[in-house]
Amino acid sequence: MDGSFLTLDDGLQRKVVEILALQAMREPSGLTPEMTLEGLGIDSLGMAEVIFAVEEAFDVQIPFNANDPQAAALDLSSVGSVCAAVARLVRDQRG
Amino acid sequence: MSGERGGARRVAITGAGTVNALALDVAGTMAALAEGRVAIGPLQFDEVERLSVRIGGQIHGWDAEARFSRQELSLYDRVVQFAIEAARQAVAQAGLALSEAEAMRAGVVLGTGGGGYNTVDDSYRALQAQGKNRVHPFTIPRLMHNAAAAHLSMRHGLKGPSFTVSTACASSNHAMGLALQMVRSGACDVVLTGGAEATLCFGGLKAWEGLRVMSPDGCRPFCASRNGMVQGEGAAVFVFEDWDRATARGADILAEVAGAAMSSDAGDIVLPDPDGAARAMRGALADGALNAGDIGYINAHGTATAANDRSEAQAIRSVFDTPPPVSSTKSMHGHLLGAAGAVELLAVISALRDGVIPPTAGWRETDPAVLGLDVVPNESRRAQVDAALSNAFAFGGMNACLALKRA
Repeated sequence: MDGSFLTLDDGLQRKVVEILALQAMREPSGLTPEMTLEGLGIDSLGMAEVIFAVEEAFDVQIPFNANDPQAAALDLSSVGSVCAAVARLVRDQRG
Repeated sequence: MSGERGGARRVAITGAGTVNALALDVAGTMAALAEGRVAIGPLQFDEVERLSVRIGGQIHGWDAEARFSRQELSLYDRVVQFAIEAARQAVAQAGLALSEAEAMRAGVVLGTGGGGYNTVDDSYRALQAQGKNRVHPFTIPRLMHNAAAAHLSMRHGLKGPSFTVSTACASSNHAMGLALQMVRSGACDVVLTGGAEATLCFGGLKAWEGLRVMSPDGCRPFCASRNGMVQGEGAAVFVFEDWDRATARGADILAEVAGAAMSSDAGDIVLPDPDGAARAMRGALADGALNAGDIGYINAHGTATAANDRSEAQAIRSVFDTPPPVSSTKSMHGHLLGAAGAVELLAVISALRDGVIPPTAGWRETDPAVLGLDVVPNESRRAQVDAALSNAFAFGGMNACLALKRA
């Protein structure tokens, strides 16, 4: 597990997990940081919805291009890495 | 080459017209395609600064007031203006002079993805952002998807069947495939067909942003550096005519529309399935009584999205043991959505009539996902092309492929 996961703001983490759980049609309590989005059945369309929900919830821009997922150097592969990426974007974009 | 279809009527293209980012006519567009000129650049319209992607194949210098009267403009969305100008050129080139009886057997089949998108965008802005309580009284006749087809029928006195086909990015190929069938079957002798699109406005682009499939810096189909589609706008309209009628009146025939096929993936709403694309290509060959070996050029759908280019390459490989040159001219004029197949038919005519295969512009490096296809990188190529295919694959898994032959 990503060590930074435990130190993230609890509210932010809870909200991101809620968004992912809704998309995966599961209970938030059933998600763990190491679960992959692929394993949760979140496909490319689901990813577009997750990004939309995160941008709306936190008023941030996620520089994601489905044609070139690696371009933005964002790891959006697992529950934990999405939480970490959102935390970093919120910190960077809100100053 | 294989024989003609037994007994059925053949279909000639006797006129062509276009407006797109490359040029406001066919000659200029053909020249630009042959040069490999890229007309993609910064978008200019209200609130463009609020978009994350700000490039497109936009038509600049379109002086609507100089082209149309005030009364006409109150009824013509930008998409209708494009269609009217493209059709004017096509009808003039064909030299159509229809008798009253012939007009009854002449129609219009146009494709559009978005219809009067600027009218929709402007009207919602007026009501919701600007707080107005009314919109222009002709908002409905401006925005309806069949408006362009209706105005072509009215302006040219075409009194047979006229309608609009809307299958997103395959709209104009579906339209032209139907036009072929209507002339071939004898339902019509002449059909104006093609497509028009004008969705380059704030709301139009904002809706696309969420899908995360647009490139911020250029359209590079089949290139390892590609990073998405770039949108365009414009129209292309053709005169499809019964071959015997065209030859009897001594018309100049630009190409023969030999076959068409449509297929559905019946799979995913956005992700393409190579099998559906391959079935469309095989179907067009069969419908045109052509063998794979007859095809000297394929105008690809080639959107420069990872999903399309990979799937289309697999499909072409599955249909052709030795694939002919394949190019995507979206790299130059952008993706015209419901007008894409229509504008791209000009690239096919360039190959068949002029022996000039337009290139895939913006190409930089080989992508293994393209499976070794010859994508005619950056420079057009001279070749005698006797038959060609033109692909269009839409969201919804709706595919339409046309087969054309040199006249």
